[in-house]
Amino acid sequence: MSAVTATDRNAKATAGATEREPVLEIRDLSIVYSGDVKAVDHVDLSLAPGETVGLAGESGSGKSTLALGMCRLLRPPAVITSGSVIYRGSRVAAGGVELLTQSSKELRKLRWREISIVFQSAMNALNPVLRIRDQLGDVLDAHLNLSSEERHQRLEYLVDIVGIPRDRLRSYPHELSGGMRQRVMIAMALAVDPEVVVMDEPTTALDVVVQREILAQIVELQNELHFGILFITHDLSLLLEIADRIAVMYAGKLVEVGNAEQIHNQPAHPYTQGLLASFPSVHGARKELAGIPGTPPDLSALPPGCPFVPRCRFATDDCRGVDMNIRPVAGSEANHFTACPFVTFESSKSTTGEAPAAVAATSRRRT
Amino acid sequence: MSTRPTPPEAVDATGLSAAPKQADAEVIPAAAARGPLVLEARALAKDFRLSQGLHRETLSAVRGVSLGLYQSAVVALVGESGSGKSTVARMLAGQERPTAGQILLDGNEVQPAQHSQFRAYKGSVQMVFQDPFASLNAVHTVRYALKRPVRLHQRAKGKEAIAAELTRLCERVRLTPPEQFLAKYPHELSGGQRQRVAIARALAARPRVLLADEPVSMLDVSIRLEVLDLLDELRSQFQLAVLYVTHDIASARYFADDTLVMYAGELVERGPSEDVTQQPAHPYTQLLVASAPDPDNLAGELKPVSGEVRRAGSALSSTIGCRFAPRCPLAEDRCRAQSPPLLPVNPQRAAACWRLDVAAPDLLNQTQTEREAIKI
Repeated sequence: MSAVTATDRNAKATAGATEREPVLEIRDLSIVYSGDVKAVDHVDLSLAPGETVGLAGESGSGKSTLALGMCRLLRPPAVITSGSVIYRGSRVAAGGVELLTQSSKELRKLRWREISIVFQSAMNALNPVLRIRDQLGDVLDAHLNLSSEERHQRLEYLVDIVGIPRDRLRSYPHELSGGMRQRVMIAMALAVDPEVVVMDEPTTALDVVVQREILAQIVELQNELHFGILFITHDLSLLLEIADRIAVMYAGKLVEVGNAEQIHNQPAHPYTQGLLASFPSVHGARKELAGIPGTPPDLSALPPGCPFVPRCRFATDDCRGVDMNIRPVAGSEANHFTACPFVTFESSKSTTGEAPAAVAATSRRRT
Repeated sequence: MSTRPTPPEAVDATGLSAAPKQADAEVIPAAAARGPLVLEARALAKDFRLSQGLHRETLSAVRGVSLGLYQSAVVALVGESGSGKSTVARMLAGQERPTAGQILLDGNEVQPAQHSQFRAYKGSVQMVFQDPFASLNAVHTVRYALKRPVRLHQRAKGKEAIAAELTRLCERVRLTPPEQFLAKYPHELSGGQRQRVAIARALAARPRVLLADEPVSMLDVSIRLEVLDLLDELRSQFQLAVLYVTHDIASARYFADDTLVMYAGELVERGPSEDVTQQPAHPYTQLLVASAPDPDNLAGELKPVSGEVRRAGSALSSTIGCRFAPRCPLAEDRCRAQSPPLLPVNPQRAAACWRLDVAAPDLLNQTQTEREAIKI
């Protein structure tokens, strides 16, 4: 195998853009901890090439479990009980690869080369006793067969694209600031040109200004290299800005999926509506903040039906019997799904009059 | 400009005195409208010793910070990590000894870090910490955590009096039913509930000042608002003077009367929260506001920001000139040579920047027009 340059795939990405078959498709995935805690419950989610899908949810909602499970990185007591995860990269066989049935040897080849992860805490994810050069080099050695000259060039290219001075290759992680370390993590995730990058709260531990710089960098790199991003965060305000599509997760279930405009202008599920009214913004006029009463549910003792019932202001007795499969939102655009069959209709009906124009585009491409 | 004598400057370990600095401009805080001054810091400074011996190095984490906390009002202290905002809170709480400067409670100078004054001071000034997972003792129940301050500070005697007070405390922070929560251990509670216990523990001393160091940053987004609302309710109910330390300038906008912005150990801007966040004057505040996520910006175009974070004390040479100068797009020679004091923007606002005429021309013009209007 040799390094695939970005331009190679550019051509492929534009050629395949017409049908946009998902590069990653999660179907009916369920993950259970020690038998009775349903951390991920029948989740369907797909990621198109070069798309950014945001996965929003509070701690304990199962968003990280979903990402790790999808990459087969979970350890017991977590067990994947159902579902399939199909990866259709340009370097694998035409029909795609079922990740959940791969042997560990096969998985080793796919991991990082095809799907890489940027973890939240760069402090813990980097090896403190290895220089940056050696850690990045390890990734190259594991997947590519490069001459020492090529290897050196690739290392310099990698630190260049994330904006780290080249002499920092000699540094140890502790010699770098938090933002720098996170950039190293991003460089490492992009080292062998994967087509899917999972970012698990990549900027949560950073200051706002640094967070902004890194996000801008990620967006820029994505425009150049066309990898798909699954961006996991609890910060919905951030996702609205950077994600094409957003999936909102609550108690292990997806409660709403839609593009950023739909989520912002016509949130269907009461939980999404609550989240949107929870964070203060420094921009724009002052708005009334409502928040969400109550506390996140205990996953080991979920009530029947909708898990949001105890905190939902629209809840009725019918909600306890509702089946939590997501379905298209009545009265909204295509590709807008929610798990709530009741309030959805009401709320979308009430807001369609105000902002129908904003939801015209189904996929937002950045220029 | 004010003709007040300059306060004595902290001398750093290299023996070089920082360049003589003009006095900070006096402003009338919006918080002062809520009630009388309770706790005041005057020119607080803190140096941390990094190494000992011949080459003694110090890090000046906080320099010349003055602020006032007023009854029934919230003052926010905003800054990035390493800006010294928590150190200011810790000095006010008596957990760090200031290197220079004064702390005044009701106009009387106090030394909260001094052993003999510590407990009495704690009766008036309490702190809520960032991490509710670490600030509660894991091997004791909620009852234990709340009982001690009730006994120490309220001098409550008798089982019934204490039990009644514990129930009242739990109800105030909405941990109901109290009996159930009092018997629980911290690991049985969610993050939001733990932070409520921490707030109840602070209230148990019946303080007049509450120092909240990032009270919600460890909590989930959906829980944050509730805890902030609770703090706001307690503020008005008990007429608490609150210092809200945060890195999130958006929450300061909604929660605080005044916002003070810190950068590398110094105050760079102060004024009413709405004004500071909507029309920031200092280039750093402008950067901070521009970097905050804008959920209404759906175009997906991220506004670029520039500059690498410069830590306080990253260079000793930073004692000369404006500490923001290396990142500032407007920096000129004067900025690198002379440290700017807080200069008046309008009667309520001040910003430490030599180039305010370029950084915030509209604001200055506005003030000018207002002044002329008053003269006429």
